[in-house]
Amino acid sequence: MAKRVVITGMGVCAPNGHTLGNFSKALEEGESGIQFHQQLADLNFGCQIAGQPQLTDAHIANYFTPLQLRGLNASGLVYGVIAGVDAWKDAGLLIDPKGTPDWDSGIIFGTGILGVDKFRESIHLVDAGNTRRLGSTSVIQTMASGISAYLGGILGCGNQVTTNSSACTTGTEGLLMAYERIKSGKATRMLTGSCSDSGPYVWGGFDAMRILPRTYNENPSTASRPMSASAAGFVPGSGAGALVVESLESAQKRGAKIYAEILGGAVNSGGQRGEGTMTAPNSEAVQRCILQAIDNSEIEKNQIDLINGHLTATAKDPMEIANWSRALQRSGLDFPYINSFKDTVGHCLAAAGSIECVGAVLQFTEQKLFGNNNCKDLHPKILEQIAATKIPQQTIPYSPQIIAKASFGFGDVNACVIFRAFND
Amino acid sequence: MEEERYKKLKEIIGIYLPEDVKLDAITAESHFINELNINSANLVDIVLDVEDAFDIMLENDDMDQMETVKDALQIIDKKLAEK
Repeated sequence: MAKRVVITGMGVCAPNGHTLGNFSKALEEGESGIQFHQQLADLNFGCQIAGQPQLTDAHIANYFTPLQLRGLNASGLVYGVIAGVDAWKDAGLLIDPKGTPDWDSGIIFGTGILGVDKFRESIHLVDAGNTRRLGSTSVIQTMASGISAYLGGILGCGNQVTTNSSACTTGTEGLLMAYERIKSGKATRMLTGSCSDSGPYVWGGFDAMRILPRTYNENPSTASRPMSASAAGFVPGSGAGALVVESLESAQKRGAKIYAEILGGAVNSGGQRGEGTMTAPNSEAVQRCILQAIDNSEIEKNQIDLINGHLTATAKDPMEIANWSRALQRSGLDFPYINSFKDTVGHCLAAAGSIECVGAVLQFTEQKLFGNNNCKDLHPKILEQIAATKIPQQTIPYSPQIIAKASFGFGDVNACVIFRAFND
Repeated sequence: MEEERYKKLKEIIGIYLPEDVKLDAITAESHFINELNINSANLVDIVLDVEDAFDIMLENDDMDQMETVKDALQIIDKKLAEK
């Protein structure tokens, strides 16, 4: 018998808020986390703005031992541990540094590339013939699975502890992997999420591809313009999001609060065939992914109230809307509400899926639909397909029953998850 | 002089002690791994910190012999004498 799967805890470390409460308030009020970065200007970047969590050393010290802090130079790891530990505590779960491993709890925590700054530090030492000076932390801070390994040790998880990686779908894919594991009874509880480093070495490649906005360096908060006619590229971001998912049975047994139920979802790829390439999605694959998610969740297309899109603020946004519209066979006023959180957090790359899943799910408990920003000039090709009222320009009171969340990534990969309000 | 070196070394070791091992548990006879429960990976970091603190360089052989606090002190003394 397949288990029902619910979300019982969440944590976030986003450019516009590094606690669940601050993040929720920022999404509600359209508070931007995008800032000008002098370092990017000094390095001659075209795009000199980015989203980066604003953390103090004192805050970071709450999550790491003094020993762990020594030589710690992996921003994604810091964000992931903060979000992961916060999600665990938010779920009402204890952290026992002694005890035995918790055999029924596991971790799937993804990333794109981890510890880039640490890796750079190591490269300089190696190139200078000083390999012996690397110390013991260069491997654990730069291995992709460093994030799941750190969290695994802090929380004492004894079930599967791993890291997934699928570019900008990473977080949403990881959530579905965790969901499957609980549904099939292989684990009772999984901490899932994803993180992405900050800094020029992560963002530089995208700047070189000329897909980041170059004309908003003096106006950072208006730079990220999903669904806008004046969208000029995605603003690079960083951070982490984390969710505790567990069987309904387990959640009810321990009297945990339940944010939402995960009804199902799908992941696929366009195979980089047809219009699909390494960097562009195959529309047929996107539509199939959405339809499979709906099938898998055993709902009808018209039951979706709200979509939290991938919507990065590039020329591809109208195409994403077209894919949703075709897959759902809904348009005009019949189209569900839709929003994008990239307007205020930017595109947090590997962390995007999980930060946005946290934001999407918060809308159930907050009973609000978080408004869109920077798209008063909606793209005409979007308005040809759906009604402007379906893209709220400010936060409105709303009680969604079913939210669909999708993420798409380089490699022509897609993930779509379906959440339902929990009202049992 | 020796007292000062021992104090300096103890401060370095202290950073790598597990949370349940107190600083005053360190004696000259203490075995880094078996008694002080220091993670073997961190011995590498202790060596680097010792190099920085005393401005010396340890060879692979020195590291292999460094099992107790006393071993470490002897190696430090030897290296400083060679300077």
